[in-house]
Amino acid sequence: MKVAVIQFPGSNCDLDTLHVLRDVVGVDADLIWHKRFKDSNYDAAVLPGGFSYGDHLRAGIIAAYSPAMASVKEMAKQNKPILGICNGFQILVESSLLPGALLRNSNLKFICKWTTLRVETRHSAFTQLYQKGQSIRMPIAHNEGRFFVEEEMLEDLHRHDQIVFRYSGENPNGAIDDVAGICNEDRNVVGLMPHPERASESILGSEDGRKMFESMLNWLK
Amino acid sequence: MRTLYLVEIVIGNKPQAKDPEGQTIMKDLMHKSGYDCIKEVRTGKLLKVQIEANSEEEAREKVFAMCNDLRIFNPVAHSCKIEVRGKT
Repeated sequence: MKVAVIQFPGSNCDLDTLHVLRDVVGVDADLIWHKRFKDSNYDAAVLPGGFSYGDHLRAGIIAAYSPAMASVKEMAKQNKPILGICNGFQILVESSLLPGALLRNSNLKFICKWTTLRVETRHSAFTQLYQKGQSIRMPIAHNEGRFFVEEEMLEDLHRHDQIVFRYSGENPNGAIDDVAGICNEDRNVVGLMPHPERASESILGSEDGRKMFESMLNWLK
Repeated sequence: MRTLYLVEIVIGNKPQAKDPEGQTIMKDLMHKSGYDCIKEVRTGKLLKVQIEANSEEEAREKVFAMCNDLRIFNPVAHSCKIEVRGKT
């Protein structure tokens, strides 16, 4: 079993994610430059946080057109787990692997802080080991994290149980319906603005994020 | 004969998506400075492109096709207007 952490120009959470996969969760993982990424070599892929291509035009849009994303789409079709964290979530949305848009935070500021999330569904490749309704802590660090869909699409997301995490208590960025993370209809592609890799060891203040990676291993068994 | 046309692509948030920057510009700058007559401000992004084409219509069509092909705007949240501004 091997996991790819795909590195784009401007990725900056790639090494943290690799560390958690290899040293905390204990799974074989490669850090792989997007131009060299081949889907056939991997069982799962993580798109890490950062500022790919300087967030030019719109966060995630230029990376969405990297040939690597054609490979990621192929993996998604094969029901392999795909996780997008922060900028990775933006890339998944701009690649149409996940629905919606991530707009600028409503306070127009970059926000870096701890948030409390509610696990809305266990039925995804990255949340099987949580309990529905469980309260967990993970930090956010983003400027464009305000999840947006029109009313009709929001109803669809609810109907198909695609909302994976919601901010509980304070909504930091103005996201519609407090949405912090979603999955696709096949439930193998998950994207979220908070950083599970920054909340996977007690020394960092929370281990709640680790279960996302462990759930992925569970899904692959 | 192929000509260079100047085309403007204007990307803005759909009416349903809040525009906090536009609100701040209106309330904290315009209204506070006495321009109460301003009732709405929406911010957006402007791309000025120069494109080679045989006609104005072809220039518009090519830019329109590109905007959809490359998701120059996110159709979930944005509207996109294309205006040909003439020859360069």
